[in-house]
Amino acid sequence: MINLLMLVPLLAGLSAFFIADDGRRRILLIASAALHLSLTICVIAARPVIVPGAWFALDPLGLLFLGVTSLLFLGASIYAVKYLSLEKRDPGEDSDEGFIFNNEPETVFTGCLLLFLAAMTAVTASRHLGILWAAVEATTLLSAPLIYFHRHKRSLEATWKYLLICSVGIAMALMGNLFLGAAGLRSGASLDLESLLSKAASLDQAWLKAAFLFLFVGYGTKMGLAPFHTWLPDAHSESPAVVSALLSGALLNCAFLGILRVAQVCAAAGLAGFTGGILILFGILSLMTAAFFILAQKDYKRMLAYSSIEHMGILSLGTGLGGGAVYGALLNAVSHSLTKAGLFFISGLILAAYKTKNIPDVKGLIRRAPAAGILWLAGFFLITGTPPSGIFLGKFMILKTAVSGGHYAAAAAFLFFLAVVFAGMGRIFLEMTLGEAPALKSGEKPFEASRQLLLPAACFFACAIALGLYMPAWLNEIITGARNLIGGAI
Amino acid sequence: MTTPAELIIVAVILLNLSLAATGSLAGCIRLAAAQGVIAALLPLLAGCGVPVGTLAFCGAVILLKGAVFPWLLTRARIKANVRKDAEPVIGYPASIILCLGAFAASSWLGARLPLPETARVAWIVPASLSTIFTGFLLLTTRAKAITQVLGYLVIENGIYIFGLALFVEQPLMVEMAILLDVFVAVFVMGITIFHISREFDHIDTAELSALRDWEPGPDSSGGIRRDEV
Repeated sequence: MINLLMLVPLLAGLSAFFIADDGRRRILLIASAALHLSLTICVIAARPVIVPGAWFALDPLGLLFLGVTSLLFLGASIYAVKYLSLEKRDPGEDSDEGFIFNNEPETVFTGCLLLFLAAMTAVTASRHLGILWAAVEATTLLSAPLIYFHRHKRSLEATWKYLLICSVGIAMALMGNLFLGAAGLRSGASLDLESLLSKAASLDQAWLKAAFLFLFVGYGTKMGLAPFHTWLPDAHSESPAVVSALLSGALLNCAFLGILRVAQVCAAAGLAGFTGGILILFGILSLMTAAFFILAQKDYKRMLAYSSIEHMGILSLGTGLGGGAVYGALLNAVSHSLTKAGLFFISGLILAAYKTKNIPDVKGLIRRAPAAGILWLAGFFLITGTPPSGIFLGKFMILKTAVSGGHYAAAAAFLFFLAVVFAGMGRIFLEMTLGEAPALKSGEKPFEASRQLLLPAACFFACAIALGLYMPAWLNEIITGARNLIGGAI
Repeated sequence: MTTPAELIIVAVILLNLSLAATGSLAGCIRLAAAQGVIAALLPLLAGCGVPVGTLAFCGAVILLKGAVFPWLLTRARIKANVRKDAEPVIGYPASIILCLGAFAASSWLGARLPLPETARVAWIVPASLSTIFTGFLLLTTRAKAITQVLGYLVIENGIYIFGLALFVEQPLMVEMAILLDVFVAVFVMGITIFHISREFDHIDTAELSALRDWEPGPDSSGGIRRDEV
């Protein structure tokens, strides 16, 4: 079953390179996404037993992130198909500098999109840390062509920074993996998660700490934790909306999973205090960086990117606090993925309607494109954690644990930066949505958002709201299982 | 006591210094390749018996690092038609001093992270850490996109030295997957360099600076204010 989950997007992706007919290739994209999601649902329903020593298996933690990735990808593929057909009709004029550019061949884009899904599936299912590393690096390499869809200077710059910073970052994670191997050399533990966990008590502590640091920096770079986040705003602002949505909603989670796996080992070795301190520190640092940059932001896609950094900070903070906060962090991860993907989808519509990413030039969205405007506002309330939403619940649990655990400074910083982010984003969203829309230039047609582009965002937002009101038993079971794996039960 | 493996470690450290001191781009490509090949010999010398799998793996590494990567990078260099020197941001003496300092720091760190007795070669940790640092030095102080890829490769060499001298017993599949990733990474970077040279007419990464959160003021050189365009 798990092999099938990886094979479907792999084979579909490889064949997409050779299908010349646009219609057929697009059907293939949606069909494989739908098949992947149905397979994922089957796996969640069946709950396969984990065979010890297997390289690929799905524990609750993997299941949670696989489910989110798969759902997100289906929404993204529905959006992408419409987006690609629109892009084909009128080739790109740059929104900021006005030059004409070409697009990447659609075969390459679709192929890489599907292979990217295969790599992310492999990340969620790996039980061997070496395989996990290889899969995370593969996601970087496969998503680089996606960022360079619009072939112009700025997207090229973003692609280069992304490739280089993430590759070097992930090289650090490889070093961390080797340190982990050195820690287990004496007790004969390999990099297999099972063997590491069972021999955790006899691992060499100095090497284990060094390993955690390297792995944290490595996967933290990919996850976008400050101060290793520098590639993130560039890549998110220059890539097509559908790619930004996948990067933010699915890829960052995958990198986070890498950190969670090591944290799992460290917790089993009795180093939860050490890892917790680092996770809390960098979580707060990311919150601070994001709050600072959101306040003065002039580009709405970059604003969303910094909001992702903020949420990655929240995930790191929640995991570091332990206990009930881990549950909150995981719930936050799910809700953030859904909400942020929806917001990026809408940002693509705004870019199409106004031809600019500059915030002061976007006014009166609710008049020019009412449906997009309403969703954009709804997304704002959801992402900042206004009840009812899964993000609100998640943040509340984290705050509660921080206060009851005596982390008063962390709790105060958390609340303060959340307030700053709320104020900063509130100003931007309200400025963009309300007011008088700029008059249409002569010959410009009034903007009409296609339903196919609105639908995925609307569905994701509905899910995010639903998570705040009602927690299905099966999801609760998965999140609780995942929390217990990271040691949140202590 | 000097074993061949220890000689290799010494050679790797000396190559680090020459990488920091070499100004010619072609020379840097050759030095990084030489370091990769020499490091790839390590697992063959470190143990007593060499299984066929390890032999094949080392062969693949030598082929990649000694032939494929230099060929890819040289091709990128010629296609991009770049000037021959590496154009460091800091001077060569400073680079060498930083490199030596890094070696001293790595030796200190290596003493604090004792390897389990199963490890067979002395000075592995310092050599590996100082190679990684040299890679970072190339990455940050040389302006060309190609030297940045070289920096990535040297970092990878450093990691490889540490890895293979210790764990010859890792499953071959895992090592192959990692090697494949590194190969594809260099390949994709090579393609990107080609695009950069076509789009910008140069591969000077210092000028890849259009994306930022704040526009530079009108008096500072280089930046174009977005709202003026």
